[in-house]
Amino acid sequence: MPLKGLLISFWTIVRKDLVRIFRIWPQTFLPSIVTSVLYFLIFGAFLGSRIGDLEGVPYILFVVPGMVMLAIMMNAYNNVAFSFFSSKFFMRTIDEILVSPTPPWVIIAGFVTGGVVRGILIGLLVLLVSLIFTPLALTNILVIIAFFFLSSVIFSLAGLVNGVYAKSIDGINIVPTFVLTPLIYLGGIFYSINTLPGFWQIVSQFNPVFYLIDGFRYGFLGFSDVPLALSLTVLVALTAFLVGFAWYLLKTGLGLRQ
Amino acid sequence: MSQPALEVRDLEKTYVSEGGRPGTKALTGVTLTIEAGDFFSLLGPNGAGKTTLIGIVTGLVRKTAGKVRVYGVDIDEDHEKAKTFIGVVPQELNINIFEKVFDIVVNQAGYYGIPRSAAIPRTEELLRALGLYEKRFDKSQTLSGGMKRRLMIARALVHNPRFLVLDEPTAGVDVELRRGMWDYLQKINKEGTTILLTTHYLEEAEQLSKHVAIVNKGGIIAHGTMRDILSHLKTETIFLDLAGTITDNALGDLKGYHPKKIDPTTISIEIGEGKGISDAIVSLHGNGLQVQTVRAQSGKLEEVFVKLTKEDNAA
Ligand SMILES: Nc1ncnc2c1ncn2[C@@H]1O[C@H](COP(=O)(O)OP(=O)(O)OP(=O)(O)O)[C@@H](O)[C@H]1O
Ligand SMILES: [Mg+2]
Repeated sequence: MPLKGLLISFWTIVRKDLVRIFRIWPQTFLPSIVTSVLYFLIFGAFLGSRIGDLEGVPYILFVVPGMVMLAIMMNAYNNVAFSFFSSKFFMRTIDEILVSPTPPWVIIAGFVTGGVVRGILIGLLVLLVSLIFTPLALTNILVIIAFFFLSSVIFSLAGLVNGVYAKSIDGINIVPTFVLTPLIYLGGIFYSINTLPGFWQIVSQFNPVFYLIDGFRYGFLGFSDVPLALSLTVLVALTAFLVGFAWYLLKTGLGLRQ
Repeated sequence: MSQPALEVRDLEKTYVSEGGRPGTKALTGVTLTIEAGDFFSLLGPNGAGKTTLIGIVTGLVRKTAGKVRVYGVDIDEDHEKAKTFIGVVPQELNINIFEKVFDIVVNQAGYYGIPRSAAIPRTEELLRALGLYEKRFDKSQTLSGGMKRRLMIARALVHNPRFLVLDEPTAGVDVELRRGMWDYLQKINKEGTTILLTTHYLEEAEQLSKHVAIVNKGGIIAHGTMRDILSHLKTETIFLDLAGTITDNALGDLKGYHPKKIDPTTISIEIGEGKGISDAIVSLHGNGLQVQTVRAQSGKLEEVFVKLTKEDNAA
C-alpha cells in the first residue's frame, strides 16, 4: 500500500479503539481516578504528616509522580492487551485486519497508539486530581513529556505482546496480577530505592519500571536515584526490543494464525 | 492470456496440535488453478479442507508446504499485495456485534487504505444492493443470521476486489434471499469479478459455477468444467409419474433401464449410456401408459459428488 493508504489503515485502527475507550468510559477512565484519589487521601491527608519528608520533599509530593506513572502503565497495558485479545478471541474481528493488506507494523502502531492515548489522558487526569491535594512541583517539562510517552509506549507494547500470546482470558489477567503489579509496586512508586538495603537496591535496578518512575520523578522534583541518561538508555533499548518482539509475533503469526 | 486469479501448487497443511506436535493433516498436496473471470465452486464433505485452503490464500492460516499465487503474486514474496486483490466472506461470523452495520463496512475499506470519502458512497451502494440499507445504523447484533451473512458479503466487496472468496455464504439463508444472492453473485461475476465459492448446496454450485473441484480428505478428487464433472455420472436416475397403473408387461419392456416400481403409478428408471428418455416414454406409450411428469432423483452434481466421495473413501 502507498503511504497514504497505510495512514488511513492506521487511523482506522486507532479511531475504532478510541470510540471503544470513550464508549465504555466508566470502565476505562474511572478506576484509575478512584484509586489515585484514595492514595492521595491516605498518603497526603491521613498519613502524610506522620511519614514526614522523603528526600527533602513532603511525602505526597514524592508520591504524585508515582501515582501518575501507575495510572499510565496500567491503562496503557490493559487497553492494548484487552482490545487485541478480544478482537482475536471473542469475535475474531482481528481477521478483518489480517485478511487486508495492512502490514504488521501498522497493526502494532495502531493498537499501541490506542493504549498511548488512553494512558496519557488518564495520567493527565490523575495529575489534575493531585492538584486538589498538593501544589505541582515542576523541574523539567520536557523530561515529563518524554516519560509520559516512554511509559505509555512500553506498556502498550507489552500489553500487545500479552494480547497476541494469550490463549484464554486467564492469560491476560495473570500477567498484570502476578508480574506487572509487583514490578510496579516494587519499582519505587512509594519510596526511593536509596531507602532500601543494598541488596534490594541492586535487585531494583533489574526492574524496568524503576527507571520509568525514577526519570519521571526527576522531571517533577529534580532529583533521581540513577542518572537520567541511564534511565533513558535502558528505556529506549526496552522499547526497541518490544517493538521487534511484537513485530516478529505478528509477522510470523505466532499465537494468531494456525 | 491474463494471469490466473489463483494458482495453487502442491499445497500442504498440517495443523499443529496442543503440545506442538504435528496434528491433523488438512491438505495433502492440492494443485489447482482458477482462471480470471471464473465462477469456481470448491466442494467437499465436512472437514475436507476447504476452509483451510481459503485460510491459506487469505492469510489466516500458515501453509506447511507448496506455492500460492494470486494474480501472479506469490504470497511468500508479497502477501500484502496479493491480499489487495482478494475479498473474503468467512465461514464463521466474525463481525463486531457492538458496531453499526455501516461502520463495519466503512472500517473494512479503511484497512485497505481507502479514504472515508470514497468508502462511504461505496458502502451505501453495497448496502442497497444487498438489502441492508434500512439497517445501516443498527448494531450488527440486531441483524438476523441471513442479514449478517449479507453484511459480510458487503464488507468483502467494499474495496472492489477482483477475486471474491465465499466460504459457505448461503448457509442459513432462506430460499428467496439465496436466489437473490445468486443473482447478485452472477451479476458481479459477469462484470468481471472472479468468484471462488464453497457450499454444501450442490444445486447452487450446479447453477452458478463454470468450474468445479471436489476435495475429499485434503486432496482434490475431481476438477474440471461443470460438464466434465457431470460426465462422471454414466447413468442418472429419473422418476416417471404415470397416468395409469404400471403393469408387469410394461416393466418388462423397460428392461435395460433397470426400472423400479415406487408405487402403482410411479416408477424409476436409469438413463444414460445410450439409453435416452424418449425411447422409454415411447415404450410406455406402447403399453397404453401416458407419462405425466419426469423428475430427477436429485441434482446431477449431487449424484456425482456422492459417487466420487464414496469411491474415494473406499480407496
Ligand atoms: N484450527 C485448527 N486446528 C486443528 N485442526 C484444524 C483446525 N481447523 C481445521 N482443522 C482440521 O482440518 C481439517 C479440515 O478442516 P476445514 O475446516 O478446512 O474443512 P472444511 O472442508 O472447510 O469443512 P466444512 O465443510 O465442515 O466447513 C479437519 O479435519 C479439521 O478438524
Ligand atoms: Mg469450512
